[in-house]
Amino acid sequence: MPVSGHTICIQGGAAYLCREDESVLAGMCRLDRRGIPLGCRGGGCGVCKVEVLSGQYTSLVMSRAHVSVEDEAAGRVLACRIFPRSDLALRVIGKLQKNICRAA
Amino acid sequence: MAMTGVLRPGHIQIRVLDMDAAVKHYRDVLGLVETGRDDSGRVYFKAWDERDHHCLILRQSDRAGMDFFGFKVASAADLDKFEADLQAYGLVTERIPAGDLLETGARVRFELPSGHLIELYAYKKMLGNGLASPNPAPWSAAAEHGIAPLRLDHCLMYGPNVNKNLEIFTQVLGFHLTEYVTLPDGVTKGALWLACSVKAHDVAFVEYPEPGKLHHVSYLLESWEKVLRAGDILSMNLVPLDIGPTRHGITRGTTIYAWDPSGNRFETFCGGTQNYPDWEPVHWTWEGLAQGLDYPHRKLHETFLTVVS
Repeated sequence: MPVSGHTICIQGGAAYLCREDESVLAGMCRLDRRGIPLGCRGGGCGVCKVEVLSGQYTSLVMSRAHVSVEDEAAGRVLACRIFPRSDLALRVIGKLQKNICRAA
Repeated sequence: MAMTGVLRPGHIQIRVLDMDAAVKHYRDVLGLVETGRDDSGRVYFKAWDERDHHCLILRQSDRAGMDFFGFKVASAADLDKFEADLQAYGLVTERIPAGDLLETGARVRFELPSGHLIELYAYKKMLGNGLASPNPAPWSAAAEHGIAPLRLDHCLMYGPNVNKNLEIFTQVLGFHLTEYVTLPDGVTKGALWLACSVKAHDVAFVEYPEPGKLHHVSYLLESWEKVLRAGDILSMNLVPLDIGPTRHGITRGTTIYAWDPSGNRFETFCGGTQNYPDWEPVHWTWEGLAQGLDYPHRKLHETFLTVVS
């Protein structure tokens, strides 16, 4: 079966094909790959923050609580809100907050 | 029991990143009824069977999360009394004049030690539920538009100092503790479910380092079958799910959690226990948290415990 899409390489993790009409995070989930933390998938919670090291993408609005203007300009964005326009290399920089369950 | 003082959760204001997407979600997927828009662009909704003008207010913002959660009190005298009692307890209160929210009277607002803004109000216009009076039918066409919950039921907030919140809700506002989870020391309460009624919960808190966070807003359905139907509708609309359909051990509610288009979590649920204020609260230990969260699977879902807006 022919495959289409751009190759997403997570530094130190999986590589997978992602279509232009699905977010980098949705592409990872659809292929059951791991690497980027999965959260709200709406740009609000911030757990899927990545730094795009190379490649082109388009993006949707994402929360300023997690992505500053400087972040966005430097490619530090939420994987659930970016859509590949070329192959992408990225690294995960989001971290899940410690809460009572992790503190214990 | 006689219902006095704080009657019920009345409204929540949520921040959304894209108002058009949010309105489509809350109106057409969740199936709330749009009841108004104000000069500042906020959009108001009610659940079909609710009487009051609104239970949900959406505000366009550059970040997700909640602005405030409000409770209806029984009378203007109650509002004055709670205002004085909150001040006597040592909290700073602010009185927001009538009309700031559409069709809503004066609100008394204060900040909890967990960083959440809570409001009390005595008046909101009663629109009714659209059924005939006298001799109403049990439901109308609005009850089949989208998921169509009966009402806003409760809200779970994450923040620090939840045991101070417990004191305020039980000693000043007349709530009672229905269930709680203790931390590994077996004594300190780390998660609390509180009611001002016979419901399993009207509000809940989980200890968390960051203040003012929203975990979820919950909407009540009539049956487990309706919860499964909600799951179908969410999937038909590609809404990202967190957990469920399943049943909580805590409260015994059957449930699905999912996220709105801005990343604010919501719950569609049914059932749950009924409680009285003279009952001993139900205690869940640290070891029991997994079945408390998801009874069939006995599993600690990481996203459920860590993702907030």
